[in-house]
Amino acid sequence: MNEKAIICKDLTKRFGDFVAVDNISFDVSSGEIFGFLGANGAGKTTAMRMLCGLSYPTSGEAAVAGFNVFTQQESIKKNIGYMSQKFSLYESLTVRENIRFYGGIYGLTNQELKEKGDELIAKLNMGNESKKMVGDLPLGWKQKLAFSVAIIHQPKIVFLDEPTGGVDPVTRRQFWDLIYDAADSGITIFVTTHYMDEAEYCNRISIMVDGRIDALDTPANLKKKYSAETMDEVFYALARGAKRTAD
Amino acid sequence: MPQQNSDAVILNNITKTYNKLPAVTEISLSVKKGELFGLIGPDGAGKSTLFRILTTLLLADSGTATVNGLDVVKDYKEIRRCVGYMPGKFSLYQDLTIEENLNFFATLFGTTVSANYGLIKDIYEQIAPFKTRRAGKLSGGMKQKLALCCALIHRPEVLFLDEPTTGVDAVSRKEFWNMLQRLKEQGITIVVSTPYMDEADLCERIALIQSGSILSIDTPAAIKAAYPDKLYAIKSAKMHQLLKDLRAYGSCYAFGEYLHISGVSGETELLAYVKEKGYTDVVLKEITPGIEDCFIRLLQTGGAS
Repeated sequence: MNEKAIICKDLTKRFGDFVAVDNISFDVSSGEIFGFLGANGAGKTTAMRMLCGLSYPTSGEAAVAGFNVFTQQESIKKNIGYMSQKFSLYESLTVRENIRFYGGIYGLTNQELKEKGDELIAKLNMGNESKKMVGDLPLGWKQKLAFSVAIIHQPKIVFLDEPTGGVDPVTRRQFWDLIYDAADSGITIFVTTHYMDEAEYCNRISIMVDGRIDALDTPANLKKKYSAETMDEVFYALARGAKRTAD
Repeated sequence: MPQQNSDAVILNNITKTYNKLPAVTEISLSVKKGELFGLIGPDGAGKSTLFRILTTLLLADSGTATVNGLDVVKDYKEIRRCVGYMPGKFSLYQDLTIEENLNFFATLFGTTVSANYGLIKDIYEQIAPFKTRRAGKLSGGMKQKLALCCALIHRPEVLFLDEPTTGVDAVSRKEFWNMLQRLKEQGITIVVSTPYMDEADLCERIALIQSGSILSIDTPAAIKAAYPDKLYAIKSAKMHQLLKDLRAYGSCYAFGEYLHISGVSGETELLAYVKEKGYTDVVLKEITPGIEDCFIRLLQTGGAS
């Protein structure tokens, strides 16, 4: 049960003299929704790239889905899903074609592609849109589709980098329904966001400041600890002390 | 809409379509001189299209618009001299330094940095230590400050800011809005767009926009006061299950630590319902709706209010 999806110990990344990620340590349990917060330039993206097997740490240790970030990057990539803040589906392919394309990359069989595709289109209520170019869909639909495609291979963990930026408040909440459903199905969620109300939807959150993790706990405990009414106040109390201004 | 001298911006039935896809449909609104006016809506709502029409970079299909009493079609040259515009996408010269960009824009408008330095001093001082750094090498927050300085260096009468805080963290967003308040005190009319509903309260008046149409225009306080129903915040240890159960009961959605629910007959009935569902730990309170609650309500009712 209490299996760890991510184990991270003293993870560090330097670029020359600059310590982008400074000795961070944390664990994420299987099925947990883990919010990874921090100001611009705090080191979130660098940390996330190491955990996704896209960049080698300078020092420290980390295992993602049981695989070592130094020696098993390719296995990590096969066992995670990733949704970038920049929309990354093919705008000039249809909904169905994108599903086939990404599912194919993750090694789904033709039979699975068909079944998964039908299931996904039904779930997103996109029956009438399945033959439309993705570029012609409203932003909210695109984001929901991108998320569903990112977990089409039922990965152990999905990394979501600001998945709801610029999305309307209703769609933003529908998006979180998808996140909860994925978590219920056993997928661990690792998510960044600038919306502090969304921090409340996470089981636990960490807040990065200047490359370090300065706080890590449940939203309720963090609010208690910082005598704050909202997560916004907690974030402000921590992040306003940041020295860095770089992205 | 009759034109008044006190209006800095007037849009009258503006419609624009791109390849038959409507971007904005019959939008009418006016912004008073010296006002801090917010266009609040998600991506794709049509905010940038309105900015581009007002800054004379795009022609509307129909309707009229004026800035400082000048027509956006006929008087475009004069408008370009008296407005400042910060587009949503960073548009300064990446291979010029901070200093060079600022001088360039000052020169373009026939002025100098020193002539209007007072206006940008507060903001420029924060990036001045890096003034010999190329704009392309700056962080997001610094780019944003430089872009604002460049948009202000000719002392515009009307400032258009298209999503200046998108992708910016909560602390920098607060700082940016403080800067806007100070600019407003100098008498500059500011029209600013944002997808962050919590920023709406920092504007004097706002237009809530979705899919190219205005859902509501008023002061944030009046929009909140017009919320047509009682709104409750409720929480329990089992939030996700509670959300599912309450959706069957009223209009319920997650809102930070709590769920918000409306469309219920009263507190007692609501408590009885959750008790019947087996919850023993619920916290329930009636709350004042925020702009985001109003926006959600307007979306759900198709904008008719």
